[in-house]
Amino acid sequence: MTQLRMTEDHEWIRIESPDTAAVGITHFAQEQLGDIVFVELPEIGKHLAQGEDAAVIESVKAAAECKAPVSGTVIEVNASLADEPGRVNRDPTGEGWFFKLKLDDAKQVDVLLDESAYQAKLDK
Amino acid sequence: MVAFAGYDMPVQFPSGILAEHRHTRTAASLFDVSHMGQARLPLGAAAALETLLAVDVLDLPPWRQRYAFLTNDAGGILDDLMLARADDHLFVIVNAARKAHDFALLAKHCEARPLADRALLALQGPRAAQAMAGVSAASAALRFMQLGRFRIGSADCLVSRSGYTGEDGFEISLPASEAERIARMFLGQDGVKPAGLGARDSLRLEAGLCLYGHDIDESTTPVEAGLAWAIQRVRRREGARAGGFPGAEVILGQIERGAARTRVGLVPEGRAPLREGEALHDATGRFAGRLTSGGFGATVDGPIGMGYVESALATPDSSLHAVVRGKPRRCRVSALPFVPHRYHRGKP
Repeated sequence: MTQLRMTEDHEWIRIESPDTAAVGITHFAQEQLGDIVFVELPEIGKHLAQGEDAAVIESVKAAAECKAPVSGTVIEVNASLADEPGRVNRDPTGEGWFFKLKLDDAKQVDVLLDESAYQAKLDK
Repeated sequence: MVAFAGYDMPVQFPSGILAEHRHTRTAASLFDVSHMGQARLPLGAAAALETLLAVDVLDLPPWRQRYAFLTNDAGGILDDLMLARADDHLFVIVNAARKAHDFALLAKHCEARPLADRALLALQGPRAAQAMAGVSAASAALRFMQLGRFRIGSADCLVSRSGYTGEDGFEISLPASEAERIARMFLGQDGVKPAGLGARDSLRLEAGLCLYGHDIDESTTPVEAGLAWAIQRVRRREGARAGGFPGAEVILGQIERGAARTRVGLVPEGRAPLREGEALHDATGRFAGRLTSGGFGATVDGPIGMGYVESALATPDSSLHAVVRGKPRRCRVSALPFVPHRYHRGKP
């Protein structure tokens, strides 16, 4: 249940119940972005299509988008990032999570990269 | 995620930009700024330089430096630079991206010799003087905008008390072949850590200093940019050598009558950074200017920016909206710098 799946765009998703999942950005992504100073999270209740811009990440170096790895409806956001965006740098796959989705179709998660496939892509 | 832009430069060291920024304001950082252009000119070039630069070159005392800019006929800024006078020559430091342009322009008027074999280090921060004293005791006695020639080890160095972070500090021009060895000497001093171009950018933004190609360029005049202080009285109307530089009519006219737009500091509500290029609107939604720099001020601990607005709106606390990703965000105009300068001016 706790296994991460990744996208080629450096988001991760973790299934938390049969039809909900948490989303964030990978360790590689936070490292590339550098110190993150702001995250604009989606509104709760918003429906996101797979690949749609879901959150905006602002670091001291750049602005970047976090896309929805799969389709679903936003059911929770990590409000603690408003005061402590540095959590994304410190613990990107833990307390630096962005938002949780009620999934349209949990099978969309299965076809994403697993950790070893994602690592292999990074190493290329 | 979009592409993370192309980071080929030493933008940061492992501690990260925020930590490097804060370290510079509380201790000292060493920056490698060797990409900047250095050139040596004969003392006799001073009169010719006054036809290019809107500053007093002829009366620049030995071992002093001043901020200057090259202008075009419309009064726009071709580059900003540091001009220094050593005992037997003049010395300029220009922006990396403008090296070829500036040196070609200078060569038309005088014998400018680019110093491609010289590196440039910047040691910046409240502990810079102490660190400098550990490497070159005599250099540490300089005051702001003074310079001198000093030996560090066996290297012949031109050291000035200056920098571009708003902090006390030094810039050290030295032979490229000695740069790594001397950089390591500085890094071995108590409190000194390396810092990259990312921190240099956020430090200069907090200090309200312009970045060429962003806050100033050929379309902005020194008066619009708030840099008229760099034009000495002798080059202004009624001065002994008034005008005589490109764009003098425009620039001196703006000093007397004011410019239509002015560079200001901007502080947005909330935590999201402002970014260069975003439009600024007045309270009625009318276009009033544009952001030329934006970022996160690690010392003020919040997002800050600079931009040009209609001069009527360029008063502290006047309220504007920056259009960020299509949405208006309230900003207030702020006096510059955001963080007070702490230059070592010495006793009055």
